[in-house]
Amino acid sequence: MATTATPDPEHASSRPGSLKLALRVATAPTVGPFVALLLTMAFFSFKSDRFLDPQNLSLVLQQVMVVGVLAIGQTLVILTAGIDLSCGTVMALGQIVMTKLAVESGAPPLVALGLGILTCVALGILNGGLVTGIRLPAFIVTLGTLNIAFALTHIVSDDLTFSELPSEMLFFGRTFHLAGAEFTYGVVFMLGLYAIAWYALTQTAWGRHVYAVGDDPEAARLTGIRTGRVVLSVYTLAGLTYGIAAMLLVSRTELGDPNAGQTTENLDAITAVVLGGTSLFGGRGTVIGTLIGATIVGVFRNGLTLIGVEVIYQYLVTGMLVILAVSVDQLTHRSRA
Amino acid sequence: MSPEPPILEARGLVKRFGHVVALNGADFELYPGEILAVIGDNGAGKSTLIKALSGALQPDEGEIELDGDRVHFRSPRDARRAGIETVYQDLAVVPGLDIASNIFLGRERRRRGPLGLGLRLLDKPAMRREATRHFAELQIGVQSMTQAVENLSGGQRQGVAVARAATWARRVVIMDEPTAALGVKETRQVLDLVRRVRERGLPVILISHDMPHVFELADRIVIMRLGKRVAVVTPQTHTMPEAVAIMTGATQSELEQALTTEKPKE
Repeated sequence: MATTATPDPEHASSRPGSLKLALRVATAPTVGPFVALLLTMAFFSFKSDRFLDPQNLSLVLQQVMVVGVLAIGQTLVILTAGIDLSCGTVMALGQIVMTKLAVESGAPPLVALGLGILTCVALGILNGGLVTGIRLPAFIVTLGTLNIAFALTHIVSDDLTFSELPSEMLFFGRTFHLAGAEFTYGVVFMLGLYAIAWYALTQTAWGRHVYAVGDDPEAARLTGIRTGRVVLSVYTLAGLTYGIAAMLLVSRTELGDPNAGQTTENLDAITAVVLGGTSLFGGRGTVIGTLIGATIVGVFRNGLTLIGVEVIYQYLVTGMLVILAVSVDQLTHRSRA
Repeated sequence: MSPEPPILEARGLVKRFGHVVALNGADFELYPGEILAVIGDNGAGKSTLIKALSGALQPDEGEIELDGDRVHFRSPRDARRAGIETVYQDLAVVPGLDIASNIFLGRERRRRGPLGLGLRLLDKPAMRREATRHFAELQIGVQSMTQAVENLSGGQRQGVAVARAATWARRVVIMDEPTAALGVKETRQVLDLVRRVRERGLPVILISHDMPHVFELADRIVIMRLGKRVAVVTPQTHTMPEAVAIMTGATQSELEQALTTEKPKE
């Protein structure tokens, strides 16, 4: 605590404005992930002529859409120093509920979508309730929910695939053209969700409480934050984003598929969050980073396919990628402590 | 003794943990505008007493009065709502958040009008301004209110914790070992800070192991032993060895011996 009488030579306000801005940009937490994205894109554009094709890039965005929305919920959970292993299977269940209701039970499309999303919210509340109420580790709770949702997906669907969905359910898969490239409404919707998540996390008291609870739960509790409520709200909202991801998945595949979303999407969402610079130790990270991380994952999958790498090797590469990202997180955490 | 009535008073506090009696009928008075130190050996009940006064735990027996009114604190939130702020030994600041966010954590200010009501938009500039004002009043020097707390020195972090308490306390500030983790220079700055909090008109309860600091700062010193208040002394009426002797329960002859060996020094 330097007294006011001792002026600091490195006083921030003595720097010229533009230099200060440049410094802030260079040290922003999203710079690392962004550079990684550019390098990945440079690599694949060098390896494949088709990679930078606008048609291909818009395909990448469509592939990013589902994982990108899942990763918003995952970011919230990881910011509280938790983890949600169930995100992919919860989405799969939501997708089956909404398509089965619409196709088999003849429910109005919006009702079917709403009930599918509510199913995901209910599982989010279950996760959050067990984590806060009985203080179980998030890892175990969500591993349990992963299996429950997996089983329910197959039981509810009877292992059938639901097709010929009402057109209302496919709205977000529709495309429009902008500057020669094709975009789906779902991609725009995803970007809107990111904007909302950014606002909630950085511009509201709730967002600060999410960071505080993940960073130092005891300090947060002592300053009067109701930490249990904050964590419960996070898992509930995460369930909501998985439900929305289910809706987007349905609009893209035009199917309710009991085998969708259970393998790649689950790990991809966590990989996106960690690649985006959010710490698994909680309290550090941004949704903008997650969006970049989700794009890196999408670029990897797309690029590896373009250069002819077999799917099984793609698993190998993304597995190594997530371990690499987690290692970087661990090392920076240690240097901070 | 001050002629004014005490601002915070406790009578006959008892707290048991199983077979262990942490407080055994402890009394306590804090008068307006004073720095009151609480000293005692480990297990004497001083931290249990402080936790009862700050709402962190509930006494089994006895009563607490704030400004003459009987109070029951069920949580630190209750005590805080009544105007009692506590600076905890482990600081309780959130390292990743910046200074202004820590000062206002859990008590954030929102924009006026629809942006604040509907969109719940934070009024960051106002919080920053107000935090800057409090830091200036308390003469705590930091570069900027947007610095993350983890980038501050231990003394500056303690400054943030004290500033938060001083910002929100309306009646009492409690400080639990505020200098325990600090170096010599930083300790000095925190001690000055404790005085400035009192100069703002807030009485301070100071828990400390450090006798020289206690004797330098305190107006009165409560000595705890075996869950009870055994004496209230002042730096004018008693010397440090006398206080330590009372604290450790030394016999009368040991006390006299301590006094004679210490005399030449004075």
